Amino acid sequence: MSETDTRTTDATDGAAPSRRPGRERGRGDGKFGRYGGQYVPEALMPAIEELTDAYERYVLNNEDGFMDEFRERLADFGGRPTPLQRADRLSERYDTEVYLKREDLLHGGAHKLNNALGQVLLAKYMGKERIIAETGAGQHGTATAMAAAHLDMPCTIYMGERDINRQRPNVFRMKLNGSEVKPVTTGRGTLKEAISETMRDWAATVEDTHYVIGSIVGPHPFPVMVRDFQAVISEEAREQAIEKTGGLPTDVVACAGGGSNTMGAFAEFVDDESVALRAVEAGGSTLEVDEEAGVAPNSASLFAGEEGVLHGARTKLLQDSDGQIMESHSVSSGLDYAGVGPELAYLVDEGRVEPVAVDDDAALEGFHRLSSTEGIIPALETAHAFGYLEEHHDELGERVVVNVSGRGDKDLDAAIEETDQRDLPNAPDMSMFTEGI
Amino acid sequence: MAETGNSDAIAAAFADGPAYVPYLVVGDPDYESSKAYVEALDRGGADVIELGLPFSEPIAEGSTIQEALVRSLDAGMTPERFFEFAEEVDVDAAVVCMTYYNLIYQFGTDPGPRPFVERAAAAGIQGLVVPDLPAEEADPLRAACDEFGLDLVFIVAPTTRGDRLDRIMEHVSGYVYVQARLGTTGARDDVSDQTTASLDRLREYDVPKAVGFGISTGEHAERIVAGGADGIIVGSALVDLVAEGVEDDLSAEVVADRLEALSRELTDGAERGYRSRTETVESA
Ligand SMILES: Cc1ncc(COP(=O)(O)O)c(C=O)c1O
Repeated sequence: MSETDTRTTDATDGAAPSRRPGRERGRGDGKFGRYGGQYVPEALMPAIEELTDAYERYVLNNEDGFMDEFRERLADFGGRPTPLQRADRLSERYDTEVYLKREDLLHGGAHKLNNALGQVLLAKYMGKERIIAETGAGQHGTATAMAAAHLDMPCTIYMGERDINRQRPNVFRMKLNGSEVKPVTTGRGTLKEAISETMRDWAATVEDTHYVIGSIVGPHPFPVMVRDFQAVISEEAREQAIEKTGGLPTDVVACAGGGSNTMGAFAEFVDDESVALRAVEAGGSTLEVDEEAGVAPNSASLFAGEEGVLHGARTKLLQDSDGQIMESHSVSSGLDYAGVGPELAYLVDEGRVEPVAVDDDAALEGFHRLSSTEGIIPALETAHAFGYLEEHHDELGERVVVNVSGRGDKDLDAAIEETDQRDLPNAPDMSMFTEGI
Repeated sequence: MAETGNSDAIAAAFADGPAYVPYLVVGDPDYESSKAYVEALDRGGADVIELGLPFSEPIAEGSTIQEALVRSLDAGMTPERFFEFAEEVDVDAAVVCMTYYNLIYQFGTDPGPRPFVERAAAAGIQGLVVPDLPAEEADPLRAACDEFGLDLVFIVAPTTRGDRLDRIMEHVSGYVYVQARLGTTGARDDVSDQTTASLDRLREYDVPKAVGFGISTGEHAERIVAGGADGIIVGSALVDLVAEGVEDDLSAEVVADRLEALSRELTDGAERGYRSRTETVESA
């Protein structure tokens, strides 16, 4: 009997999860409508074909028990499943049931481990000897460094110089886990440059090295593979919601940089037409764009971007009229990226996912609200989702799931500094500390 | 050589003896100097000139060319300025544009590669090299190139074998760019074994084979042509001279003279390599 035949069917739904078309999208040819594809140097193509083959065998067909080992390690090393928790104060404030999917409780403090552990394990199954990865906030780098140490693989992380300065605790964590951290000094020194530099390393070392990309971006099969590793978020959340509340949520809200926590939180719900899917992007300081300087003071590529080709995929991008990629901006390094996963670009065009932008100020307010009223300090990336709740709670249905993609320990310095520059009604007075520093 | 391309000028460039194919970034460090530099390459014996149109995310480029692209962008280079350059520059060599796909895709009001190729053809450009466009994604660009008579050059890497090689060789026109080693662009001191292996794999395909990535001296050129290459592509070694000019604040004339001199060294080396090949054939 085949894998799918033996699976118990979901009583409330009647179909096994993997039979749902939303979960199959992009698996065959890496295309999501007009988006996706494989726009990479020829030197990388054989590695990408090899990876596609490995993805199909090990991830989709569980060859050699790969998925079983992955799930077991996610549980034992990662601490899955993560809870779905009712947020009492927020529920009261917005007069709607607010549930939190607690990915901040995953080992490492963010959803990133789901993907990093999956890919490092896959690299092992493929016989690769070395791991490389890019990182923005340092969360993916940290997760990759942890997974590489756990699975005994040497690892090099590329990180923009500016991000190194914004996210020092994560740099220390990567080094403590035995990874090498290479600063990237080109451009503005953020995630975009780190991805380009990691691709350059890969072009030279492709024969024995696997590139663990950190979001649902890049050439096929990365967007589908990362989604499939992250989909555990919504697989759990969907069941937990049904169990706890007796039905599906009306809305799922997640922040979106490249979009991996986003697609992870959406994947199992894409085929549930009644569930509204809301992707919250970083609106930065403004949605206006400075063409002359090539700068977009935001990272809202779904909301404000145009179709183009970057880092191996056709997707929505922040670019000027010539097609040069803009420097993005966000108070949160993890959302500070000019592109977005091709699957999200497609789902937005189809009207299935609603993109919204939340600016730096609102994100910081969200950061303080969740911290002071629920006792959870969120990552600045995640805080955008709570900024959204405050601004748009009128538009939400009666049962909302918010993906708490990560915890805010890494952001404390940045959050206090950014708070100090603003007049935020709900922020504690920290001046006695900041002035003394 | 067989009729493999759309451009007669490129076919002619490979018709007798080894082709010298230099690369420079247009607008590096500024528009006028770079015109003088490209003309110096022509005087130095260029058969085909690859003109780089800078993109903000050049994932196939090493640091030398990355920095040149930044200098050019900072000095205001745009696709339209690039085409004006191609129209104004006074060279006998065939001209090819090397850039990344997003700039080709975004040009003009309709998305898609056709407006870019139409404009390139009007500017006298004979072919395109697009490092982030593998054969799998190339159909629309290939169609536009066929429509306007441009060659579409593909890169073959040391890792390219079997079916992939066949697929690329079906698409390629003008010449095939044989990537001499894995990694990104950048001048090197040695000639890689990967080059010989790649040339061996390509021997049965009837299209000119130009080898690039890392060639920096006349001696490299000689060995690569002796090893069977139909042409040599030289980028970073030339861009290094431009960068030196910027660092040492040299006049455009001095830099142009150095570019011409290195070009002569490279073409002389390639000629020696070619003669050694024909001599071996004759004595056999
Ligand atoms: C906690 C957290 N949330 C979200 C993101 C954004 O990434 P993605 O959009 O891929 O989920 C990051 C990235 O570093 C992150 O650390």
